[in-house]
Amino acid sequence: MSRIPEAFADVRGGEAAASQPEADASGDGPAFIPYLAVGDPDYESSIEYVEALERGGADIIELGLPFSEPVAEGPTIQNAVVRALEGGMTPTRFFEFVEELDVDVPLVCMTYYNLIYRYGDDDANRPRAFVEKAAEVGLDGFVVPDLPAEEADPLREACDEFDLDLVFIVAPTTEGERLERIMEQVSGYVYVQARLGVTGARSDVSAQTDESLARLDDWDVPKAVGFGIKTGEHAERIVAGGADGVIVGSALVDIVAEGHENGDSAESVAARLETKARELSEGASRGFAQRTPHPERT
Amino acid sequence: MSTSDGKFGRYGGQYVPEALMPAIEELEDAYERYVLHNEDGFMDEFRQRLRDFGGRPTPTQYAERLSERYDRDVYLKREDLVHGGAHKLNNALGQVLLAKYMGKDRIIAETGAGQHGTATAMACAHLDFDCEVYMGERDINRQRPNVFRMKINGAEVTPVTVGRGTLKEAISETMRDWATNVEDTHYVIGSVVGPHPFPAMVRDFQAVISEEAREQIQERAGTLPDSVLACAGGGSNTMGAFAEFVDDEGVDLYAVEAGGSSLSVDEEEGVAPNSASLSTGGEGVLHGARTKLLQDRDGQIMESHSVSSGLDYAGVGPELAYLVDENRVTPVNVDDDAALEAFHRLSRLEGVIPALETAHAFAYVEKNHEDLGDTVLVNVSGRGDKDLESVIEETEKRGIENAPDMSMFSGGLR
Repeated sequence: MSRIPEAFADVRGGEAAASQPEADASGDGPAFIPYLAVGDPDYESSIEYVEALERGGADIIELGLPFSEPVAEGPTIQNAVVRALEGGMTPTRFFEFVEELDVDVPLVCMTYYNLIYRYGDDDANRPRAFVEKAAEVGLDGFVVPDLPAEEADPLREACDEFDLDLVFIVAPTTEGERLERIMEQVSGYVYVQARLGVTGARSDVSAQTDESLARLDDWDVPKAVGFGIKTGEHAERIVAGGADGVIVGSALVDIVAEGHENGDSAESVAARLETKARELSEGASRGFAQRTPHPERT
Repeated sequence: MSTSDGKFGRYGGQYVPEALMPAIEELEDAYERYVLHNEDGFMDEFRQRLRDFGGRPTPTQYAERLSERYDRDVYLKREDLVHGGAHKLNNALGQVLLAKYMGKDRIIAETGAGQHGTATAMACAHLDFDCEVYMGERDINRQRPNVFRMKINGAEVTPVTVGRGTLKEAISETMRDWATNVEDTHYVIGSVVGPHPFPAMVRDFQAVISEEAREQIQERAGTLPDSVLACAGGGSNTMGAFAEFVDDEGVDLYAVEAGGSSLSVDEEEGVAPNSASLSTGGEGVLHGARTKLLQDRDGQIMESHSVSSGLDYAGVGPELAYLVDENRVTPVNVDDDAALEAFHRLSRLEGVIPALETAHAFAYVEKNHEDLGDTVLVNVSGRGDKDLESVIEETEKRGIENAPDMSMFSGGLR
């Protein structure tokens, strides 16, 4: 059973919050959703890094299962994927990793469709075998950047069977009927892509974010914004603008990369990740405090 | 076969980041209107430009000495005589013209051996488009003449350094550019790969090869060929050469893949020392389509290998995968050495210097001609000028026996 809706309960208000008042992990409103590539730069360090994110205030954690052709990623995450694959990360090791993690927040697997599709030995059981295993180890949902709504039926059916969420990405180019088609299928949260292009930390917040959030105003699904968010100020601005959560990947992966290049201990890298996570989480909370209450949610 | 849902059996589809989906839908619409229904006379203009700018039709030549050698009639469809020296212009011209009809103002492309990049750069110069071509660093070093040609035609050539620096990485990088600049940019995919409608559209632009060949060979030989052979990397010259013969059940179709140095794989290293995805690959999803891929048991894409950079790709067009499953196309392969031998044989016997890609098809004919029937048609997908540096280096290194003395070129052509 997915724990994702609980993570948004506070910020969404209304019935969800009333029925689950204790649910939000950090108890301070918006969902801070960090991402790391699992196994970057090695299995053991990666465990420490993910656990540090929870201490820093993560409400949901996106765990990247590395794929050799990450077409939606910019150089930062591409390099992380290379490090993780060279370190021996595989889908089997990924599931072991998830089982070994000592965290209480919901976990989302972010990966590309071929790994989900190929998992298991039974050709007739694809992609169900991957989802079944994911449910068994305690994952809560999926983000699959190269799986648009049109091709998602087999995965969605498997997710429904095991009560996991399938998060879809909405891009700045997604409008009209496409947007409706996606929003009818989305569960957990909708991943609002803040700008065109690929992942990567940026120095500013895109104006496209506000437009994208405005387009989604009619749908009562948690909206988490990702792509390019780097600082607490960015997170603050995005949540103040109406997002229910922020997703941050490259800015955290940068810390892992820098630590790896400098030969720093996993402990010190984990401490920096925790600090950065706290900055981002607190930024998101400040943004929430500035928000004008949504008329339909008060 | 063309499909309304972009599928060839269970292959094909549209597996791309959401940001690209509106552009894919826009392209689908343009493909149906302009290519399938000739709206605004698009196909008329395309065919006229193929004639005037591209130099079509190309001949189907009777190969006298090969015919004598193999004791059967061998015909060559001479796509090496298309402007730019390869079949690639058929597709590049079609797509750049389509981008013009769609009101786009920037073209991006990926290239392996450089022939597609060259064709796209030429089409862009011809139709007045800005053009950026992504090319693996390793391929830039292997195919310098085409890099020069792209630049001379005004294209920007951007090296891709990730991975092994070959076509697979160049395609991924071009998709990233497209996802960033999708609103004004068209991505000219260079083969029958990628999300729908690319595989069908590229096949339609390349089908001119078999349209002409079918008519020409009937005129010359008074019969349809018993077999048609084409080399297969992504598969655009293959589908172009096969398209109009698919319904002719008496014509055997052979897709000749790069067997590289071995058909085995090294799962530990993630390397397949070949590019034979039809012969040895498994079903999976890469670069927008479900197709046959070189991958490990987890689904990680393998690094492929071929002496010919134009075939050096871990995937293949979904329609070819489908036709193989339906037993309509026979996938075969030859190794690097056999391809080099065939390169020298064809050059010496027929005065045609083939692309290293094409040489694979001739290597298969050399070894298996007795199974190919009385009348054999081979698609000469491109000319080999671009490959001379690689051929000299590899011929010397491998000690290819039927090659001329290359020692005078020691140190290369540079």
